[in-house]
Amino acid sequence: MIYREAGQFKTSYNSDQAILPIFQDRVAMVLMLLFAFVVIPIVANDYWLGSILVPFLVLSLAALGLNVLTGYAGQISLGTAGFMAVGAFAAFNLQIRIPEVPFLLAFVWGGLWAALVGIIFGLPSLRIKGFYLAVATLAAQFFIEWLFTHFDWFTNYSTSGVITAPPMKMLGIAFNNPLNKYLLVLSIVVLLAFAVRNLVRSEVGRAWMAVRDMDIAAAAIGINLMKTKLIAFGVSSFICGVAGALWAYVVLGTVEPQAFDISRSFEILFMVVIGGLGSVAGAFLGAAFIVLLPILLNNLGSLFTGGQVSTGTISHIEYMVFGTFIIFFLIVEPNGLARLWQIGKEKLRLWPFPY
Amino acid sequence: MRLIDLLTKVVFVFMTFTFALALAGEHFVPVTVYRTGPYAVTGAPAANGIVDYLKMINARDGGIGGIKIAYEECETAYKPDRFIECYERLKNKGEAGATLFHPFGTGLTYSVIDRVPDDKVPLITMGYGRTDATDGRVFPWVFPLMVNYWSLSTAKIKFIGSLEGGMDNLKGLKIANIYHDSAYGRETGPVLKKQSELYGFELAQFPVAHPGIDQKATWLNIRRYKPDYIILRGWGVMNSTALKEAARTRFPADKIIGVTWSCSEQDTMPAGKAATGYRCSRMTGAGSDYPVFKDIVKYVHDKGNGTGPIEEMTTNLYKIGVLTSILTVESIRTAMQKYGNKPMSGEEVRWGIENLNIDEARIAALGATGFISPLKVSCEDHEGQGKVKFARWNGTEFESASDWIETDQSIVRPMIEASAAAYAADNGISIGCN
Repeated sequence: MIYREAGQFKTSYNSDQAILPIFQDRVAMVLMLLFAFVVIPIVANDYWLGSILVPFLVLSLAALGLNVLTGYAGQISLGTAGFMAVGAFAAFNLQIRIPEVPFLLAFVWGGLWAALVGIIFGLPSLRIKGFYLAVATLAAQFFIEWLFTHFDWFTNYSTSGVITAPPMKMLGIAFNNPLNKYLLVLSIVVLLAFAVRNLVRSEVGRAWMAVRDMDIAAAAIGINLMKTKLIAFGVSSFICGVAGALWAYVVLGTVEPQAFDISRSFEILFMVVIGGLGSVAGAFLGAAFIVLLPILLNNLGSLFTGGQVSTGTISHIEYMVFGTFIIFFLIVEPNGLARLWQIGKEKLRLWPFPY
Repeated sequence: MRLIDLLTKVVFVFMTFTFALALAGEHFVPVTVYRTGPYAVTGAPAANGIVDYLKMINARDGGIGGIKIAYEECETAYKPDRFIECYERLKNKGEAGATLFHPFGTGLTYSVIDRVPDDKVPLITMGYGRTDATDGRVFPWVFPLMVNYWSLSTAKIKFIGSLEGGMDNLKGLKIANIYHDSAYGRETGPVLKKQSELYGFELAQFPVAHPGIDQKATWLNIRRYKPDYIILRGWGVMNSTALKEAARTRFPADKIIGVTWSCSEQDTMPAGKAATGYRCSRMTGAGSDYPVFKDIVKYVHDKGNGTGPIEEMTTNLYKIGVLTSILTVESIRTAMQKYGNKPMSGEEVRWGIENLNIDEARIAALGATGFISPLKVSCEDHEGQGKVKFARWNGTEFESASDWIETDQSIVRPMIEASAAAYAADNGISIGCN
């Protein structure tokens, strides 16, 4: 009823291949973007913008990056945080050594370095798959963290190994308050999300999915495995690198390599798994689940107990509730929240007259 | 659909309540702590000490100058991103906003150093944090009170010198620095290097990766290096693991000198016999036989309001927690002498910390004679020249192993000024007091 494509005729190839072929989807997307760009900046306060929405968006971006690799191309990676670190430290070093470079260019530079490193660590994927590949990317994670910790050049010889992101300025605008930062991050995330959405519909994206579903068959129909897998590693790491630069510049401001440790990699992998493999929306849903839920639980905990229960207890309850939610969602919908969303849409087509 | 309804309601309630809570007519003290994760073992007792002292002040004196202290805990799990969230959540709470923050972690301190000048909330980083913030002309909002890392390091080398019978005997010694490979651990690198050049001892650095449960490889290298002394610079589970590994590699515990953050019963107890003879530095006197602790027992624990188990009160980390809160309360009290009897804002408390003067008379009034060393803060010196004491683990408890030792500012001060000046130049800060 609400969500029906009946009567929407496609009269050209262009309209048939549109990024959102159904009218309602287009409306929903426009409304969502309006909400994100206009309504949220008006209603949300600095705490929400700076401490909740910005980290959420940045980690969504990282999850999107990993989703390209794991969800679309089927290559498991545990090196996400490592690639994020490459992006962050490359952007930092470019700006420290050549201060004239605008920060957006530094983000791209960070992304490109991450892509390069990603491709290098993606090389083993040509020979190994599955868990073995996961271990190879794990090596990337540890190697990169070790590199940034032990070679002072990368941290510009800071005594404590901590880098401080230079202030972000562009065209006379200083990005120093939560609202500015939010809009900046949102723009970058929306841009990259659309890029990914388009990429996965292209020849490259179809090749990724073919490789994911069965690489031997993909090779048999003429897909170049090496090229396809390495492009996936490159694109994925580029996005992760940009996310890492944002994490350093916008979220933390001051970073030590430990901000990109193995637990961050796992966190992002969980986002992808819970959100839904092979779905752009899944990256956002997963990030929302992993980032926002603990903060919500933590706030609710201190609110309802009125400070009577120890923070430690609340935090442990938070972990338990969070874990329970993960198990619940994985049992109810093993294909992730994005699949749940899709089922919802299918139900809406028939509502209120289900079969 | 019902689920979605419920979720909307929950989010709505959550949004209204988080921002509607205003605490009228009270000083607001945010308490950012970690009671979970690999650092909970050291974070929890300190948190209990912090909260118990605030409870005691409210119960015994009715707050500070008749104005009660409202506090709220926030769990950071020792992670910078969680800490930033806590900081942003709590900085504007209360009638006059947050009075001050104790990040309780060096990495955590670094993550908000650039934010505090804009938010006008002071940071007290007692015995930790960014060392060059001691130069208050560059870092007006940050206070590494008592003893910063570099000062502590000079006291430690002095102590090793006294064990060897004079600083001249340090020449040719091999000293290994085992440190937590984080901002916290790396912070003493430059000052140790400087001292090794000055006194002629050989220095080797051994980083241990977070969280420090696996140190086999490190100790293999140490065994090969055969140091005369080991400086243990750990935190959380890393400390007890290091002591156990030392025993396994037959390295004598009495040649290991720990820092303030590796100096608690939570570190030595799990190591068992391996820790006997281990010595480490402290900002506090030995034992807990001070009037202030009796008051905490009387007004808090005896009333059934104790935050943690009462046995924990003798541990060093609990005492560090109490000291942390003493500094909070004294800073607010000092600020109130200037700004009058009302809830203090962060900006007012900053003045209070900068003019903090805890002399022997004040320490006696606090019921803490022998518990802490005197402290006098100024704009140039945000540390306040605290002193260091060493303690020795005798197998069941820590006993005093030295008198109060003064730090060597002739080494530390020029380094701090150079480092702070470099920071000022990078960030366009004009150096000076206002």
